[in-house]
Amino acid sequence: MTNVNPKISLRGVKKAFGPKVVLDGIDLDVGVGESVVIIGGSGTGKSVMLKCILGLLHADQGSITVDGTEVVGANAQVQEQVNSKFGMLFQGAALFDSLPVWENVSFGLLAQKRVDRDEAKELAVAKLAQVGMGADVAELSPAELSGGMQKRVALARAIASDPEIIFFDEPTTGLDPIMADVINDLIVKITREVGATALSITHDMTSARKIANRIAMLYEGKIIWAGPTEDIDQSGNEYVDQFIYGKADGPIKMAVRA
Amino acid sequence: MNFLQPIGSVILHFLETVGRLIRFSVSAFSHTVRPPFYPRIIIRQMVDIGFYSLPVVGLTGVFAGMVLALQSYTGFARFSAEGAIANVVVLSITRELGPVLAGLMVAGRIGASLAAEIGTMRVTEQIDALTTLSTNPMKFLVAPRIIAGLITFPFLVLVADVIGVFGGYIVAVYKLGFNPSNYLQNTWDFLQAEDVNSGLVKAAVFGVIVTLMGCYHGYNSRGGAQGVGMATTNAVVSASIMILCFDYILTEMFFAGI
Ligand SMILES: Nc1ncnc2c1ncn2[C@@H]1O[C@H](COP(=O)(O)OP(=O)(O)OP(=O)(O)O)[C@@H](O)[C@H]1O
Ligand SMILES: [Mg+2]
Repeated sequence: MTNVNPKISLRGVKKAFGPKVVLDGIDLDVGVGESVVIIGGSGTGKSVMLKCILGLLHADQGSITVDGTEVVGANAQVQEQVNSKFGMLFQGAALFDSLPVWENVSFGLLAQKRVDRDEAKELAVAKLAQVGMGADVAELSPAELSGGMQKRVALARAIASDPEIIFFDEPTTGLDPIMADVINDLIVKITREVGATALSITHDMTSARKIANRIAMLYEGKIIWAGPTEDIDQSGNEYVDQFIYGKADGPIKMAVRA
Repeated sequence: MNFLQPIGSVILHFLETVGRLIRFSVSAFSHTVRPPFYPRIIIRQMVDIGFYSLPVVGLTGVFAGMVLALQSYTGFARFSAEGAIANVVVLSITRELGPVLAGLMVAGRIGASLAAEIGTMRVTEQIDALTTLSTNPMKFLVAPRIIAGLITFPFLVLVADVIGVFGGYIVAVYKLGFNPSNYLQNTWDFLQAEDVNSGLVKAAVFGVIVTLMGCYHGYNSRGGAQGVGMATTNAVVSASIMILCFDYILTEMFFAGI
């Protein structure tokens, strides 16, 4: 927590679905221009945490501030204004299947009336090129793309409006290793060169090491470890060790029976 | 006293649903009158709801008119009052059968497709994605569809009225042997602006009901394909019941003094 004025700050954030407690007091800071990666087992609430910050889910308790503005319990106007700073890559891509690929990519820009339709299309093609896709896909419908291609279109959409803060929910899942590395480079470029703040979720430790300044691990509703990427191998935390080396034996017990 | 508990919980659940529906409606209506508007989407929805419903509405109208002429002939022949058929047909079609039958048919067609479309967008996180792209989903998805329903339903019902009267004419002239010009003259004499207008007002209300219920159930659908299926059914059933219920209320309002 090196930053005095973090871009995003979570304090004691709790979220439960009925009796099921998912987030149980999250404390996390993301500094300006920093790239933080959240790791943690499947179903531990990583996606839920991002959605709480975006106001798509409402945190039950605690405080979430973005540039000092409180979003927990904020009214629609405040939330809208805060959200205009964000770009979000959804885990399941969430492309609009009624629109062609290029309109998906430039949707945010068109919505904010920052460009006209011709410019929007040019810009979409340029963004698609950044994620390794040719101009020929621009006219296709999302349903005509493979899963990995949809993910990349969604990535292009998330970065299209050059947001200050970008959330990547599993950006490299479903991509081949080479394309995954291209995407990693892209994320690094966006954060290091453009200066955007990034909060990513990934299970892919290669990707995490490459894109993160800092890594935080979520387990049983809490951040159990957070530190600079270089320190992850010497975290001294047996949960983290088990996770990053992907061992079935260890303190984290999977609810499976042989 | 344990048997009171399930009754209580059913009532509470019902009230909760009504409350949620009212809140949704208020929010939806408030977005229909506040900019930004989406004329492109409104026009596309008008084509979907209006133009593509014409065959269904036309067929409903023609058969309703035909059967009405046939039935009233059998009935009125007993009192040698066959001459009243034109009257009965034009009155029933414009006041009741036109709006109600067209409304019910289009409720099946449009209510279902709206609920399925918006429900799928909900469960695939497309609605969440809209929010993160500076677009209010109530404004972008719900408001244009309600406006389109409000505008197109009266036109559909007008078409149903004309075709319904024409159906009655065919049966009266070609099957029951009425004199064509007498029948038309009778129809024209009995036709009153008030009857047609009341039918068109009903149509506008039904248009709002159908689109609102489709959007509401789709917007609040949960849990994958099954949830979307349930939303579709609920949209059609609730829209149909509300059409019949509001039909009574509006009839009472229009013709209470008569
Ligand atoms: N809308 C919801 N309603 C009820 N429960 C939910 C909802 N969304 C998420 N959950 C529950 O919250 C928990 C955390 O979900 P989340 O999607 O955040 O997991 P995750 O950490 O992103 O996992 P993964 O790595 O598999 O994507 C899950 O157990 C899930 O069942
Ligand atoms: Mg997730």
